[in-house]
Amino acid sequence: MGIAEIAFYAFSMSTLIGGIFTVVSRNPVHSVLWLILAFLSAAGLFVLLGAEFVAMLLIIVYVGAVAVLFLFVVMMLDVDFAELKAEMAKYLPLGLLIGVIVLMQLMFAVGVWDYSTGYEGRLAAEIGTGTNTAELGAIIYDDYILIFQLSGLILLVAMIGAIVLTLRHRVDIKRQDVVAQMMRDPAKAMELKDVKPGQGL
Amino acid sequence: MNEFFSTNLGVAVILLAQTLVVVGFVMISLLFLVYGDRKIWAAVQMRRGPNVVGPFGMLQSVADALKYVFKEIVIPAGADRPVFILAPLVSFVLAMLAWAVIPFNSTWVLADINVALLFVFAVSSLEVYGVIMGGWASNSKYPFLGSLRSAAQMISYEVSMGLIIIGVIISTGSMNFGDIVAAQNGNLGFFNWYFIPHFPMVFLFFISALAETNRPPFDLPEAESELVAGYQVEYSSTPFLLFMAGEYIAIFLMCALITLLFFGGWTSPLPFLADGPVWMVGKMAIFFFLIAMVKALVPRYRYDQLMRLGWKVFLPFSLVWVVFVAFAAKFGWFWGLFARWTVGG
Repeated sequence: MGIAEIAFYAFSMSTLIGGIFTVVSRNPVHSVLWLILAFLSAAGLFVLLGAEFVAMLLIIVYVGAVAVLFLFVVMMLDVDFAELKAEMAKYLPLGLLIGVIVLMQLMFAVGVWDYSTGYEGRLAAEIGTGTNTAELGAIIYDDYILIFQLSGLILLVAMIGAIVLTLRHRVDIKRQDVVAQMMRDPAKAMELKDVKPGQGL
Repeated sequence: MNEFFSTNLGVAVILLAQTLVVVGFVMISLLFLVYGDRKIWAAVQMRRGPNVVGPFGMLQSVADALKYVFKEIVIPAGADRPVFILAPLVSFVLAMLAWAVIPFNSTWVLADINVALLFVFAVSSLEVYGVIMGGWASNSKYPFLGSLRSAAQMISYEVSMGLIIIGVIISTGSMNFGDIVAAQNGNLGFFNWYFIPHFPMVFLFFISALAETNRPPFDLPEAESELVAGYQVEYSSTPFLLFMAGEYIAIFLMCALITLLFFGGWTSPLPFLADGPVWMVGKMAIFFFLIAMVKALVPRYRYDQLMRLGWKVFLPFSLVWVVFVAFAAKFGWFWGLFARWTVGG
């Protein structure tokens, strides 16, 4: 067994373990930490596939930004575990039913999976001679520039929408005016008095 | 003997030895960086600084490290024990991990990967977890609020740092440190380095590096005089030492990054002098000296000022700069100063 195989099994094991403990751990913060382990191991699997750029993006975007927000939200939530357990007992049969149905559907789908003949012709083309960063850039920015920019536009609209929905300008509080603070002139703000000893002002 | 080094075990032995060399270099530098930091700080304030242990107090850091290690680890009663212990380990290991891709000479690098710059950026974006985990696991309000504060700070400055790095990547056409330094190597000595075309970004990167590593004047995470010590309040003994060491290693890494990105890495400043790792280490030491001087000279920022600087000044400026560099590189403005592609084009 070569190094690559050992690394593959290690990363897949830790992805699976991270995923399982994300679901079963009792503390929501621990869940998020396990989820981060799963993300990191998935990035390791990407590296093994030779997709190092995607792996780094996975770490920077998902682990470095998205999961931090998850963690913030989960830490701020006040979760009542006793109530949660009571709820769980109530909904357990229904949840189990849905789970079993989804699992059966998956098994049907995967069970009849069969590669048709001649699938080699429909596989994605091998990347060119450059690094996969350059090849990815060439594909996104040369071949699919319109779709890429449109998806960016959708994200921008969603972001502006979220800000508009949550932003409210309160008028009944005192606000600091930064420009006024910076433009303050010592000559106008202060007055120097020559105080004689023993006399006061 | 040569046959042994081509087997799997032999390769593993070589890798282990190389890793140990890098780790040893970083750890030994760490001891003297802490000492140098304190000495510089003391000199600015006209004190003597550490001068008792060893000649000129040089072994003070060793004594301090041993003192931390031999103390008792106090874990608060309500703390989340596994996460509480994990947090300092995370921050130390991640700070160390980024050194795997930092080259000291044209061939002296542990992992010569294509996306080295992204790797460093990814690892430094992970460092925020040590802070958050430490603050949360302490199960106390002061560390928790401190950790939120510093996490927000680190995330904010990461954004502008990422944009500054993109400018350098556009100029070089590669994310490999070897290529970035090769693009700055020419027969004009230090006039070839990126600090001339990317001049304003050097300052932005330096200041963002201070904020990213929680150094003064942006050390709000542990402003001990007014905000107690942020996420480190409940930490003592070796876990605290690990946090501290992780912080200094991250600072030293930022010195290495500034050197590689803007000041030509291991290339010599004068054309007739030979290139070599001595230049790399020397430049890193100069930047550490600057960071230590900033700590001694500049008063601390207020938190809202810090956030405003990050989001309303640095972010727009670096974004505009990326667009400018992209145009300048594409159309070869300024005699092709911005377009020095070592690969592709």
